[in-house]
Amino acid sequence: MKKKNSALAVFLQPIWSENPINIQMLGICSALAVTVQLKTAFVMALSMTFVLSCSSFIISLLRKQIPKNIRIIVELSVISTFVILTDEFLRAFLYDISKQLSVFVGLIITNCIVMGRAESFALSNPPHLSFIDGLGNGAGYGSVLILVAFLRELLGAGKLFGIQVVPDFVYSSGYENSGFMLLAPAAFIIIGMLVWLQKVLTKGK
Amino acid sequence: MPGDLISIFLNSVFAGNILLAYFLGMCSFVAVSKNINTAIGLGFAVVFVLSVTTPLNWLIYHYLLAPGALLWLGFPNLDLSFLKFIMFIAVIAAMVQAIEMVIDRFSAALYAGLGVFLPLIAVNCAILGVSLFMVERNYTFLESLIYGFGSGLGWMMAIISMAAIRIKLKYANPPYGLEGYGLTMIVTGLMAMAFMLFSGMTV
Repeated sequence: MKKKNSALAVFLQPIWSENPINIQMLGICSALAVTVQLKTAFVMALSMTFVLSCSSFIISLLRKQIPKNIRIIVELSVISTFVILTDEFLRAFLYDISKQLSVFVGLIITNCIVMGRAESFALSNPPHLSFIDGLGNGAGYGSVLILVAFLRELLGAGKLFGIQVVPDFVYSSGYENSGFMLLAPAAFIIIGMLVWLQKVLTKGK
Repeated sequence: MPGDLISIFLNSVFAGNILLAYFLGMCSFVAVSKNINTAIGLGFAVVFVLSVTTPLNWLIYHYLLAPGALLWLGFPNLDLSFLKFIMFIAVIAAMVQAIEMVIDRFSAALYAGLGVFLPLIAVNCAILGVSLFMVERNYTFLESLIYGFGSGLGWMMAIISMAAIRIKLKYANPPYGLEGYGLTMIVTGLMAMAFMLFSGMTV
């Protein structure tokens, strides 16, 4: 018997209990590099959600037409079409951020979340559910990204969205920004800690 | 010039390590570093595919896609660079397939060792990432060759050392919830710190 998926469950599962980064270990590649600032993380999360939901929708529409043995290349071309659209859009309207994100927008193509959801969900579910599944996974991915970026920008630069939030008197009393937070190793360690935290919180469920 | 090439090589292996500084290829890194033999196999496959696809994508970009590249066909104003994502991924997938067939035909031993990993590589973000970085940093043909090889070598070093560390970690007793994935990420962070010490190295 096939399990019935309600739209709400499909949307909510990937945000917490099936979170793509913390639980399924997918899409870590690009997640870490763009989290030095909240602004880039935010844009990246939105682009990811857009690509994920649209490509899941199209792949699910085509799922009965795609021959099994060439499905990977068909999926890749659908995904790259949306990635190219996103990249051109960012270049035209948000040029500064697109410069900072550099190759990581292009790398959404090989991001395991997109391929993984296409393979495991969109190929066997109707279009509207696949679209919602894309939105949910995008939101789950985005929430981890924004949390990591929040910690790194706050502790590393004392700013949020580029605006200083740590008041000057704190600095004058001897507080210093931790430059380590801006470097690559900090991102690995923060993700490790988040995974730990989530496992402890869901213990026994 | 030779000095430049050596710096690009050293930088792509150590300070600018594709995995530890740019986070590319994490997915297969976490999944495959459980076992040292598979890690070595995948490492060699990545070095091989990167050394072939990076220069190939350079040729495709500079003779077909870059702005004005189609001058030789009589289209001096054509800019096809927006097609680079889809072209690069197609080249990588096709190359992986071709390499797999060649290895299968000529070396049964190597095929048995690498065979299973080759298809995985097509969707490894490190491969596409290196090609995209190569375009963004305006490397010459020779530089892209060195950069592709160096990045592969850096990735291989990282995954083999991680697999070796994880063997020892089996006997550790981490607190609840940290074992496995969480601990791997933290150890990777520590390893990334060690690799960063090489930054600023010039020849």
